Amino acid sequence: MRAALLLFTALVLGFLLAPMAAVVLLSFSPTELMVLPPRGLSLRWYEAFLTEGRWVLATRNSFVVAFATTALATLLGTAAAIGLQLGRFRGKAVLLTLLTLPMVTPYIVTAAAMFFAYSLVGLSGSLAGLVLGHTVVAVPFVVVAVLATLQGFDATLLRAAASLGAAPLPALWRVVVPNIWPGIAAGAIFAFATSLDEFVITLFLAGPGQFTLPRQMYASVREFLSPTILAAATLLFLSSLVFLLGSELLRLRAARRAAR
Amino acid sequence: MRRTNLLAAALIAPLLLLILGSFLVPVGLTLFRAVADREVVATLPETSAILAGWDGEGLPPEAAFAALAREAGAALQARRIGDLAQRLNFERTGLRTALLRVARAADRLAAPHAQSLPALDARWGERETWLLLQRAGGPTTALYLLRAMDATRTPQGEVRALPVEERLYRTLFLRTLGISLLVTALCVLLAYPVAAAIAGLRPPWSAVALTLVLIPFWSSVLVRSTAWFVLLQREGPVNGALQALGMLEAPVQMLGTRFAVVLALVHVLLPFAILPMHSVMKGLDGTFLRAAASLGANGPQRFLRVWLPLSLPGVLAGGAMVFLLSVGMYTAPALVGGDRDQMVAWFIANFMNRDVNWGMAAALSAYLLAMTGAMVGLVRVLTGGVAQAGLRG
Repeated sequence: MRAALLLFTALVLGFLLAPMAAVVLLSFSPTELMVLPPRGLSLRWYEAFLTEGRWVLATRNSFVVAFATTALATLLGTAAAIGLQLGRFRGKAVLLTLLTLPMVTPYIVTAAAMFFAYSLVGLSGSLAGLVLGHTVVAVPFVVVAVLATLQGFDATLLRAAASLGAAPLPALWRVVVPNIWPGIAAGAIFAFATSLDEFVITLFLAGPGQFTLPRQMYASVREFLSPTILAAATLLFLSSLVFLLGSELLRLRAARRAAR
Repeated sequence: MRRTNLLAAALIAPLLLLILGSFLVPVGLTLFRAVADREVVATLPETSAILAGWDGEGLPPEAAFAALAREAGAALQARRIGDLAQRLNFERTGLRTALLRVARAADRLAAPHAQSLPALDARWGERETWLLLQRAGGPTTALYLLRAMDATRTPQGEVRALPVEERLYRTLFLRTLGISLLVTALCVLLAYPVAAAIAGLRPPWSAVALTLVLIPFWSSVLVRSTAWFVLLQREGPVNGALQALGMLEAPVQMLGTRFAVVLALVHVLLPFAILPMHSVMKGLDGTFLRAAASLGANGPQRFLRVWLPLSLPGVLAGGAMVFLLSVGMYTAPALVGGDRDQMVAWFIANFMNRDVNWGMAAALSAYLLAMTGAMVGLVRVLTGGVAQAGLRG
């Protein structure tokens, strides 16, 4: 019984990981033929990825938008989470639901709404609009992550700082932030990953020349399936592994802190 | 206390403003587009005003015919007749032609217009056309919301179902619902044993297995859908492997089938089912099972009466998450699904990009939001119940 359960688990985990493994293998294919097992190894598709203008441009756009989104989402999300934790007023649950609503709204609806409303004010087709759109879907993760670490924060520390004469904002910066930074960092990582992988909103909000990596991948797949797409997919996959590693390290650190 | 609340409000305000301005208001505006009806008033203000005073009997007065000819001609000159033509043609096919004929001939039409317009296009001699134009005077219409449910209004204002061969959207919603429920069921059935097995593993192995679930969870939906697009090609690895194993004689077309959509969706969403289930099961106290065993419960009884009820909140949370994500999913079906077998999200995208029909895009969005909202509400009610049952148990 137990052996059967473990076998089943192994099969399901294999199903989850096999497609990604196949993509990684195929991205090293020496020819345009995508067959498994690959007949030899080559880096030519990575070379193509690093030299072809549209992929380079898409990578640059992706990183510009992801960094801007992360900065904005982390700043606003952290502030709001601290505010939600400090405040003693009614309707906090409603407020939190409102702020995290983009998480449960279908992306296509969010994308349609932004496309329509942003074009009214001239924000669609601009990188600024794209950053705004990505921030909206990334920021709930920051709020949730920071709120989680704030649960373990002792509010009397803040009162102590105030009684020693610290003004509110410096007190937040020097007392609260150092205590909750793992949560802030975890939120920032999630925001960055969300922006880097975001596709549906980008498809509608970005201007004609503003291709990000996911949008360029999608366009290329529809056009002609070359292994360069798989090189791009592999690199995005590797970046998500880095994010996973970062968030796990932060989680372990937080767990050890809580144990102390 | 008041100072603290002021500080809290100042900290929350920027994000609240951002969410309001760049999310809630846009969604609200879009939903309003589902019922807004401004094209006729905007392009034919005078005609619209005259028609508002018409009793709907016979044909409208000569002034309405004359105003229509003048305003349609002016709109064509100013190149802003497109929205109106599309709006009218969407409600009744053929009205685009009727309108453009009048607009192009506006200068040459002789009075009385009540005779020259019908001579140009017979539809201007029909009471139905004018009733339609009168009703399209706005400011709101149920046209799009009705059409998105395969219903329409007769010129007399009755709501009727469209003829069977013109129906499209009820099937679309049922298909979206059906695929999502199937994907949710498959994910829950696959995830439950996996989550239980991982929860039962000893420390180094439990972390390893959980990481193997987190890897696909963290990698993007587009990357994983692209992976399936590659794997399911006619000359791709899956066909190759099945042929090598002797299970297939010739390559099979897999892309563009319902099978491919369900496969890709299950793969993309499975981690969202495993993780909440695992986190609930990990928190369960194993002594309950031992207590049940010592009281004489056999294996199936222990599972059905102790483990299953206690782990149900995780199942609900995971299942709801999968359903929510599946019902609004664009990426995976767009990549591996067929054009004739798409889900709601694909139609919304097409109405925005290809047809530029905001009313329909908004109406479909409204129904999609209603579906997800109903799901969130249902889960709230159910988890409330389950949490209490869990406490009592």
